[in-house]
Amino acid sequence: MTYAWVALYSIRRHAAYPTSAIAEAVTNTVFGIVHASILIALWKARPGLGGYDTTDAITFTFLAQALIAPIQVFGGLELTERIRTGDVAIDLHRPVDLQSWWLADDLGRAGCHLLLRSTLPMAVAVVMFPIRWTGPTALGLALVSLLLAVLVSFGFRYVVALCMFWLHDDRGLAAIALVTSMFFSGMILPLVVFPGWLGAIAQVLPWAGTMQIPIDVYLGKATGIGLLTAYGRQVGWAVALFLLGRGLTVLAGRRLVINGG
Amino acid sequence: MAELLRTYARLAWTWSRAAAQYPVSLVLLGVATAAVTSLDIAAIGLMFLRTPRIAGFSVAEVMFLYGTSGLSFILSDILMGGAERLDEHVRKGTLDALLVRPVSPLLQLATEDFSPRRFGKLVPTTLVFALALAHVPVRWTAPRIAMVPVMVLTGLVIFAAFWVLTTALQFVLVESRGATKSVTYGGAFLTQYPLSVFSRDIVRGLTFMVPLAFVNWEPSLYVLDKPDPLGLPGAFRFAGPVVAVVLCALAGPAWKSGLRHYRSTGS
Repeated sequence: MTYAWVALYSIRRHAAYPTSAIAEAVTNTVFGIVHASILIALWKARPGLGGYDTTDAITFTFLAQALIAPIQVFGGLELTERIRTGDVAIDLHRPVDLQSWWLADDLGRAGCHLLLRSTLPMAVAVVMFPIRWTGPTALGLALVSLLLAVLVSFGFRYVVALCMFWLHDDRGLAAIALVTSMFFSGMILPLVVFPGWLGAIAQVLPWAGTMQIPIDVYLGKATGIGLLTAYGRQVGWAVALFLLGRGLTVLAGRRLVINGG
Repeated sequence: MAELLRTYARLAWTWSRAAAQYPVSLVLLGVATAAVTSLDIAAIGLMFLRTPRIAGFSVAEVMFLYGTSGLSFILSDILMGGAERLDEHVRKGTLDALLVRPVSPLLQLATEDFSPRRFGKLVPTTLVFALALAHVPVRWTAPRIAMVPVMVLTGLVIFAAFWVLTTALQFVLVESRGATKSVTYGGAFLTQYPLSVFSRDIVRGLTFMVPLAFVNWEPSLYVLDKPDPLGLPGAFRFAGPVVAVVLCALAGPAWKSGLRHYRSTGS
């Protein structure tokens, strides 16, 4: 119940500056148009590349831009800053679980961003380009995959944030995390364009579970056994990263020394 | 002008010395910034593994566009990119502190947090550009050779003007930074590719409304000897410097009028 309140307050906090969020959505939309135009040219040269047709590729780029905010490609967790300043000591004093608290906060944020940041790019995409529509069943399956994507993304960002207990300067690690999240999620280029072994590796890394997999589920590229594999990868990474985060939380709790307390 | 440059250099040097207090962090961040910049060229490389030409351009030609766009944008970002944080100063009220100092606030904003790590971005871009110059199928004549530095400089000035224009807009619309990134960062991204990938309406918009086509597209058509998909007159290929001057003539007054309209929160 407490966590529901945390999520609710997170939604309110992130909805506080709607104009700011919509301004960001404008940039996502422009990047969507540029990416889509480039991919149209690529698919014109190579029709059917990676099992996608041109409409799939266009839909992919706009969905990817719409997902940037909900899965928080840029920005990590606010927890990082709280660890650096020592405010995390207050968080640890609360009679709640640190990881679950921040998960609830992040789910609220993702929900809010889905409304404020994802609507505009999709609306413009529908007006300007041919877009792949999908039935209610596939849409439902994709929404499940989207929820799993947020969980994988949170699991990863929580682990990165907790490294702050040992590193003291997060910016180097944050940059590495940014590079891997941008490149291996499919945001820069759909993973189906990656050749041979690079594509195969990229598909099983955790970041595929944040963008490539939910979009493939939406496009209907994962059905039957493929759908189970897709969900399986996302659940596997979400659980693995969550457990890793748990372990680090315990270690960090032992390590933390609060001066002047 | 000389005084302005001297002040800029002194402020940049001061901030650089501050950044150098944490040398490991500085080096790591330089490497990391270079890695983030390299993602775009990695994507271009992966696409050309799948096809020899995109929108009529070969990999060497696209690398030429990537190099010229990258050098222009990164240099403008190093020099002026810091200015875009004006909104934070307006919100926090710290702009007032900048205004009472006897140096142009724009200069102070641009140099703020200046760090040598920003040069990290230049390394991969310069390497790609050198590779492109070696492989691009051009019969190098004196005017073509001269055009290359001219277009990098033109692009630099155009991007710098856009930094100032978008920053000036923040005086009026404090929350506009998220959207105006599409002109600066978005412009840097789209000029890496031949504009022939875009629909004709978009190219027209990029020529006559937001003239990013003059950063490197029009001059590259001359250097690479390509036909213009819009069929514009040949003079457009050499119009870059004119466009850059016009944009600067707009950016200066825009900044001044923005500054005049600034009302401190007074708290």
